[in-house]
Amino acid sequence: MLRLEGLLASGKAAGADLVEIFLERTDHLGVLAEQDTITSVSPAFGMGAGIRVFLGDRDGFVSTNDLSDRGLMQALEQALGMLGLSHSSSNSSPFEGLQVMRDFAAAKLDWLDSCPSLAEATLKLLEGTCRLEHHGRHLQARRGSYSRDWQSVLVAASDGTFARDIRLHQSLGLNVLAADGDHRAGLGRRYGTSDRPDDLRHWDADAAAQDVCSSVGTMLYADYVEAGQMPAVLANRFGGVIFHEACGHLLETTQVERGTTPFAEMVGQAIAHEAVTAIDEGLSDGAFGSLSMDDEGMEPQRTVLIENGVLKRFLSDRAGELRTGHSRTGSGRRQGHSFAAASRMRNTFIAAGPHTPEQLIGSVDKGLYCKSMGGGSVGPTGQFNFAVEEGYLIENGQLTKPVKGATLIGEAKEVMPRISMCANDLELAAGFCGSVSGSIFVTVGQPHIKVDSITVGGR
Amino acid sequence: MTQPTIQTLNAEALSGRLQQLAQGAGIQQWDLGASCSTDTSVQVDRGEAKQMKGAQRSAITLRVWNGDGLVGITSTSDLSDSGLARALSGARDASAFGNAEETPAFSPLATAPLAPLDQPLHQPQPILNLLDTLKQAERQLLDRHIAIGTVPYNGLAQRSSERLYLNSEGACRHQTLTTASLYLYARAEEAGRKPRSSGAVRLAYGTAELDIAGCIEEAAERTIAHLDYAPIETGYYTCVFSPEAFLDLIGAFSSLFNARAVLDGVSLSHRDSLGDSVAVPFLSIRDNGLHPGNVGASAFDGEGTPTAPLDLVAGGVLKNFLHSEATARAFGVAPTGHAGMGAKVSVGADWFEIGVTPGSGGGQQGLDRLNHSGPVVVIDSLSALHAGVKASQGSFSLPFDGWLVEGGISRSIEAATVAGDIRTVMKAIVGFEGLAKITPDGLCPYVWVEGLSITGEA
Repeated sequence: MLRLEGLLASGKAAGADLVEIFLERTDHLGVLAEQDTITSVSPAFGMGAGIRVFLGDRDGFVSTNDLSDRGLMQALEQALGMLGLSHSSSNSSPFEGLQVMRDFAAAKLDWLDSCPSLAEATLKLLEGTCRLEHHGRHLQARRGSYSRDWQSVLVAASDGTFARDIRLHQSLGLNVLAADGDHRAGLGRRYGTSDRPDDLRHWDADAAAQDVCSSVGTMLYADYVEAGQMPAVLANRFGGVIFHEACGHLLETTQVERGTTPFAEMVGQAIAHEAVTAIDEGLSDGAFGSLSMDDEGMEPQRTVLIENGVLKRFLSDRAGELRTGHSRTGSGRRQGHSFAAASRMRNTFIAAGPHTPEQLIGSVDKGLYCKSMGGGSVGPTGQFNFAVEEGYLIENGQLTKPVKGATLIGEAKEVMPRISMCANDLELAAGFCGSVSGSIFVTVGQPHIKVDSITVGGR
Repeated sequence: MTQPTIQTLNAEALSGRLQQLAQGAGIQQWDLGASCSTDTSVQVDRGEAKQMKGAQRSAITLRVWNGDGLVGITSTSDLSDSGLARALSGARDASAFGNAEETPAFSPLATAPLAPLDQPLHQPQPILNLLDTLKQAERQLLDRHIAIGTVPYNGLAQRSSERLYLNSEGACRHQTLTTASLYLYARAEEAGRKPRSSGAVRLAYGTAELDIAGCIEEAAERTIAHLDYAPIETGYYTCVFSPEAFLDLIGAFSSLFNARAVLDGVSLSHRDSLGDSVAVPFLSIRDNGLHPGNVGASAFDGEGTPTAPLDLVAGGVLKNFLHSEATARAFGVAPTGHAGMGAKVSVGADWFEIGVTPGSGGGQQGLDRLNHSGPVVVIDSLSALHAGVKASQGSFSLPFDGWLVEGGISRSIEAATVAGDIRTVMKAIVGFEGLAKITPDGLCPYVWVEGLSITGEA
């Protein structure tokens, strides 16, 4: 603590408005099973520090793996130098010391030891690939993967912020490739939780394998979707990636700073259909995007982004508050010490509505049902796209043929007002989000939703 | 101001420490990949510094072979004695779960001579110099057209790096490198119309060598060329891929050439696919990490095998696969210098050269997108390859930026996707237009492909 206070005092004495130190230790385990063999076990551990200095609305950030006194001081001096400041040997500093530590880690110190052993993890994965073989047909490749990420972080800043936490994320995935003559289909499902050391032990390998095999069996003989404009019904859980990509990123203050969100001046105005209420929070028990504190030491909140179609607020971090005036929401997040925190999503979802999924499908004469979504992205002008992993035609209000090769494209500003119906079956799904501050754990989610018209790319 | 201290790796000391730790742990066979780097980068926003970053990174990946010959691995950023000891212990623990069916070995080429690379080393510039340079570049780009209001994605970065490969049989590979990069991605908007954006990238061995004027010119030209846009009718079109777009597409389907993917059953190719006709008879695809245009080329791969050129497709016929030591052994050939490092070693391409197979005629001659009788779609850049490419199935459906060219008039396409199957694309190439262009991913001319499905919003 004295060491950190010394660095913070030095930074303040040099003239910085604020100095923030982020210390991190990580312990990662990755295991891969292919067919009925463990083919890769990849442990990794690391440590490092990120030092950020603010002066006005500018900042300098330096990261290092060298946690010695000399290494940290060099990093601080480099960050100060970026802002035209220099380290002073003066003893006078406006720094008033750190607050009493908020210790979110204290109750989590045994988490790493409580996780399944490597032997346990390998057995569970092999059970998964074995169940794939049992449930699947024409499977050319079967894969199971397990990832455990343990991270211990400490944040200290010259405004007195002093907090530490331990995070634990575990995820399991099953993937298959099926082939029959010229027909090929590949599909996967991933399941993930945070802060539950025991979770792998409760994973139902048989149910997961059955789910994957059922979907790939259907998609193996699917025809390519016919391209065009059409209504679409997106299933719950990972269907929420549409909101994440199409709108969620545009409600981060990093986008306001860049001038790349069309919603920057629209707080209080309707930006979506009145059926849409959207929330981002870091509080749901065990969800992938939940946190005890963000990477700037702030406790997370439940942030209502859109209420009945009206934009309520943006997700903001320390720099976002400084540069855009939107107050912090506990959304300052980063992959690790080598990234400066930025405003990022946590558990983001569209709230449940009054309808049943059948009512949504029944309201479409001809359209696309997206049961499972692949990845997606959003461009600098707000145009988004994402792949449909498992899709079906809707004809006369009924699901009919499976179709493949569909990509949904559009712009948030145009699509959000077209989400006209939300069902009553909200569910969340674990995912990863890559953006300015690296790849982070997030949750996407939604009930079944209906988009009145969207461009479907296909053949 | 304080300049970052350039970190260095001491191969001899690292090898000695590891040999000592390994002996103490009863480990006879090990190898190690290590890297360290010092980076500085800046971003700007309308004349002001947006972010200035510095980073010192170090990392090692350590593999050990246990008494049963099984391999375990651990990675760490802690290069202290205790960090190395912990890595060794972790790798030994992991080796108990090593794959007995496929155990990596040292590359037989880990001590073979390396090809000389012309990679001049440059001293890093002070970060405030980088900031001034990028501010000027942003200003010049903003001044190019009244509609260009911001350059929301931009960056100027420089890196000094070092990498090592060592093994317990005495192999010692070492490479030092300096690189610099500039990217400028502009956003333009005209009254009552949608915002449009495009950009450009440049790489060099040092900041002073960067083609900044060329980057500004290209970013401005591309962005301005998208200002006048219109939706396109959904249908089948003859498409002209820019060098960057075609290289992206081939890169996304490089599992076609990847022996690891072949052995894992997730490639469209099979063990016996060599010799198959996979493309038009005038197409050549070569992997050549040593090409002078490949800025930052690696002299050796993750197993210490020298980087070398390799014909993948010649005359439309599949000629070779990319290999690691283990896959090469499985195929009965020599490693090709395309391995990563891991318990299960990954394989990947370096840098593609795409063009005409000598003596093949080269397909249709005189292709000119601005003087073509029918409409053509120029695909300038592809997006979302991570989501829209199904490499193991061959299919793709990708958003793109581009133009519809009709009667010599080129108009930007508002929003569209291109979809197809890579096997069909490779056999539907009509010919090439213009000279091959060097890009960060390879060398390629404009590539004409007929009959691709385009989905538009008209």
